[in-house]
Amino acid sequence: MAERSFKAEVAHLRLGAGQTFTGEGILAITKALLENGVGYVGGYQGAPISHLMDVLADAEELLSELGVRFEANANEAAAAAMLAASVHYPIRGAVTFKGSVGVNVASDALANLASSGVNGGALIIVGEDYGEGSSIMQERSHAFAMKSQFWLLDPRPNLPCITKAVKDGFELSEASNTPVMLMVRIRSCHVTGSFETRDNRRPALTVREALSNPQSDFARVVLPPMSYAHEQDKIHNRWPAAERFIRDNRLNEIFGPAEAPVGLIVQGGMYNSVIRALQRLGMADIYGNSAVPLYVLNVTYPLVSSEFLEFCAGKEQVLVIEEGQPEFIEQQLSTYLYRAQVPVRLRGKDIFPMAGEYTGQVMLDSIGRFLREAAPGLLPAMVRAPNEERPPIPDLSKTVPIRPPGFCTGCPERPIFAAMKLVQKETGKLQISADIGCHLFAALPPFEIGGATMGYGLGPAANAAFDGGGERRPVAVIGDGGFWHNGLSSSFTNMAFNKSDGVAVIVDNYYSAATGGQDIMSSRADNPSKATKNPISKALKGIGINWVREVNRTYDVGRMRDVLREALTTDEPGPKVIVASSECMLNRQRREKPLMAQAIKDGRRVEAPRFGVDEDVCTGDHACIRLSGCPSLSLKKLDDPLRDDPVASIDQSCVGCGNCGEVADAAVLCPSFYRADVVHNPTPSEARRANVRARVIGWLQARRDARRLNFEVPA
Amino acid sequence: MSVHEHLPAHPSDPRLSGIIKLAILAVGGQGGGVLTGWIEDLARQNGYVAQATSVAGVAQRTGATVYYVEMAPAGGGTPVFSLMPAQGDVDIMIAAEMMEAGRSIQRGFVTPDRTVLIASTHRALAVSEKMVPGDGIASSDEVMAAAEIAARRFIAADFDTLAIRNGSVISASLFGALAGSGALPFPREAFEAAIRSGGKGVEGSLRAFAAAYEVAGTPHAPDAPVAPAKPAAPAARGPARLVQAWTALQARVAALPAPVAEMALSGLRKVVEFQDLAYGAEYLDRLDTVLRADDAARGHALSREAAKYIANAMAYDDVIRVADLKTRARRFDRIRKEMRVKEGNLLQLTEFMHPRAEEIAGMLPAGLGQRVQDSPVWMARLDRWFSKGRRLRTDSLRSYLTLYVLGGMKGWRRRTLRHAQEQAHLARWLDQALHWAGVNYDLGVEVMRCRRLVKGYSDTHARGLSKFDRVLGMVPVLSARPDAADWLRRLREAALQDEEGKALDGAIQTIRSFA
Repeated sequence: MAERSFKAEVAHLRLGAGQTFTGEGILAITKALLENGVGYVGGYQGAPISHLMDVLADAEELLSELGVRFEANANEAAAAAMLAASVHYPIRGAVTFKGSVGVNVASDALANLASSGVNGGALIIVGEDYGEGSSIMQERSHAFAMKSQFWLLDPRPNLPCITKAVKDGFELSEASNTPVMLMVRIRSCHVTGSFETRDNRRPALTVREALSNPQSDFARVVLPPMSYAHEQDKIHNRWPAAERFIRDNRLNEIFGPAEAPVGLIVQGGMYNSVIRALQRLGMADIYGNSAVPLYVLNVTYPLVSSEFLEFCAGKEQVLVIEEGQPEFIEQQLSTYLYRAQVPVRLRGKDIFPMAGEYTGQVMLDSIGRFLREAAPGLLPAMVRAPNEERPPIPDLSKTVPIRPPGFCTGCPERPIFAAMKLVQKETGKLQISADIGCHLFAALPPFEIGGATMGYGLGPAANAAFDGGGERRPVAVIGDGGFWHNGLSSSFTNMAFNKSDGVAVIVDNYYSAATGGQDIMSSRADNPSKATKNPISKALKGIGINWVREVNRTYDVGRMRDVLREALTTDEPGPKVIVASSECMLNRQRREKPLMAQAIKDGRRVEAPRFGVDEDVCTGDHACIRLSGCPSLSLKKLDDPLRDDPVASIDQSCVGCGNCGEVADAAVLCPSFYRADVVHNPTPSEARRANVRARVIGWLQARRDARRLNFEVPA
Repeated sequence: MSVHEHLPAHPSDPRLSGIIKLAILAVGGQGGGVLTGWIEDLARQNGYVAQATSVAGVAQRTGATVYYVEMAPAGGGTPVFSLMPAQGDVDIMIAAEMMEAGRSIQRGFVTPDRTVLIASTHRALAVSEKMVPGDGIASSDEVMAAAEIAARRFIAADFDTLAIRNGSVISASLFGALAGSGALPFPREAFEAAIRSGGKGVEGSLRAFAAAYEVAGTPHAPDAPVAPAKPAAPAARGPARLVQAWTALQARVAALPAPVAEMALSGLRKVVEFQDLAYGAEYLDRLDTVLRADDAARGHALSREAAKYIANAMAYDDVIRVADLKTRARRFDRIRKEMRVKEGNLLQLTEFMHPRAEEIAGMLPAGLGQRVQDSPVWMARLDRWFSKGRRLRTDSLRSYLTLYVLGGMKGWRRRTLRHAQEQAHLARWLDQALHWAGVNYDLGVEVMRCRRLVKGYSDTHARGLSKFDRVLGMVPVLSARPDAADWLRRLREAALQDEEGKALDGAIQTIRSFA
């Protein structure tokens, strides 16, 4: 089960002609797919497109009504390969994943797809994770469109434009027999707004129907000599067809006055930020009416030379506003100008920063500078000579701490890394490689475990150079999501085949947790449409890995430490694999909290655990925090002049996972921690016994208090 | 290509363009998404066009998260809204935590010409602040001071506590503060309607909303409703004989110079609670020795520090103290309150203890204990017998009695090895402090303060002791320098920066390079 239920969102997908959809960008795309008669949809979850996958997973009823096939693919490569259905059949298909990492994984399938060409419209929706809040390396999916020659849409970031891009994308794909990538940036995925909906459309040909009438054409197969023909076809037929379609249907837009000495060439996704900068420069109103001509590229690949040259006609200087690097668009447009011998001066990365996000300030500064240099007469006097003095604001850079993401309260992965830190105290620092997923947070303080991540499912593979062993064994960490995504073949088969001497820890939290808690093969939940409950250990046995230890309660820090120690020291040859399983606490709480509240209400017996710290016993050394980092384990300053350092303190958000107590025990830290189980609706006999005990204890306490000085304020 | 023809527009002042720009900086999990949803709904229901965006990503896992809303009156066309806040271009900044308020200022989103800053003064400590062995908590005061300069208007209160007290979460109280600030052109009822249409936890949300509305609407009394009350000085209760003796000791404290007396009273209470009144008298005797060597012209700084650290050194953390603290009635009451144990509920308490051979040996009489501690065979044997994690259920009679008996062994304590060790350590340190105070008064004060390094249990305690020794080991090297005290302070602060003592190593190397 995903983190959230999307039944409410599914209702939006049923809106019909003339109604208005109000909501998030990514959901609008989902709706647009159905309106455009898509025949099948697939993908792999990951920010910012997880929502699309989650909603479709909950929309099964609607999809089957429409005859649309939905697959939660094993990985992005599988998703992209699914588009093969559009190679021969006139069926529209769409897959979605995160860019640029998903595109990397899918590149083999995408390149073959692009070479074969398509008959039905094929759309790859990429959630481009670039800039602030991004969780991946900063690269552009643009390069993939260029190298394999599929077309790239980058629509203006509002719901009507994004949904229109879905329609345009399918049509462009069909008109040019080429797959199309629709790029939506992270903020566009989450942007809210409205658009007028149309009726959902059944696909003209469903995949079921196609299966009854199989087709093949060896000319589409990527084999010599057909593959040479594909390349020629791309250049001589598909590309010109695409250019024609883009021009004829005005996919790119021009705004602003027809005559002006300067112009801006804008990636569609940058449009709103450009308008904001122009608004602040006094060159546009709030409705986007601009005093400077804008050429908005809703299609950023291919770039239509003729259209571009027409825009440049009569202008002295144009500025290319292209986020990220290398500056592919600027390079291409420069070539167009040079070949056409047009004397327009092209500006771009000479003004804008080469690397990094185009924030509001970057936009304002760079466009401002361009206009001041290229067309000072256009700017209002106020902007030309700003005379506003700002008071100096104190520098807080040394005060404000960084706040990277980390493990949630009660996360079952925390004790695994606490145990690993303890083992490293015995063995010395180990060579540890990591994978993709929540466990990668262990690389940050307080654990600082793992020094590299090479990609999803590649954690153990990244230790291959050390697989021969040495004085100490290398350790690799991988999540259950990574295991099923690609890890089984790329990492574990690799280890088994090469007789690796390394240790691999599989962090099994029952879900693809980092992307929102989607079910995977080894999930323990019942899922009516997916095969779950397939233990990881069984897969490992199947590929001949025999040293497998399963820890079924990761909170047992002592056991975790002992198993790790055993894996590092056993004489057994071959890979040593530990499967450490406990359910993702975020998911578990979402499920159990309401159930527990209901049970208490119904008068059933419920034990609610929470941890606490005796502040008199805590000495304020914070060793516990260095083995935990739990958000609910924090500090408080005591109102005691004798104490210098704040003491540990556990707040109400504690879910009673037990990590604090286990760590205090396993690391022999201190006796400050206690667990308090509040028993709701105790049984009568239990209450009676407790009452007797409480009386005896109360008597003992009173007895001792009567014989000594007591300073405490009576409660 | 489509060409959108229109007249060139030259708005004179972009700030008059009518777009309201509102950003929210939160910590993942604080419900920033709910707050954003309410604000959007509020705007749309009141004749505005609104757009919201967020960058959630993995940041929902407790990282810093930004939400951004823009709105403009409907009619006249479709406004083009930006998808991210820009420096110097934010009208309302809501920070759901104090350091996030700092971050918003640092990022330039709060400017004196326009920004209303609504901030919750509570802290969600970052890991980097919590893991420091000393006090690594960032200064909220610095952020408060910066906010006063940076914001056009600054509304600050502990909106988190306010929400919890009203059975809700911070998104509701921040929404109330936004309404109370008057920064948005909508009436209070419209805000409440947005909460109602959200449909979840409406009653609690409305209570928290109302409380925050009041706070934000009241100028310059932001923290008053949630400031903790200072506890009154407790009186001593107990057998008349003991109270009388206590009063006599208290009189000795009252006779001390004012700056020392205040600290000494706390110290005296601590050591008497730890052991008995005679121990308290010993404490005051030690303090008198320091006082005789002290200098009134220096404000008795040496004695004041001595009052603090002698008490801490005398009330060391041994098994008896822990057992006593764990079995007190006061503790049981406190936990019941903290855990919100209601009538009819039961409370089960589990303690996590892990005694080691050292603790067992420390409980033996000094002579015997020393011999045991010096014998690896015996230590290994004790380790085998005792060293394992023990979960004690202090709500059960058997475990409670075990701890109760241990906690009552104060009469035995003075004979133990641990006591002898602590006394010897205390005497050595005090001698050193007095010696150096005679050479360089400030240096003596700093030596006194180094006792802060000794804390924790088992390994942590051993590490603390070793840091203490290494820092004090540098005193002879430094003593000839006029700035010796300042260097010793730096060494101590370095020792408190990280667990392994890397910063301390660095500081010692620096000193060795010139001394």
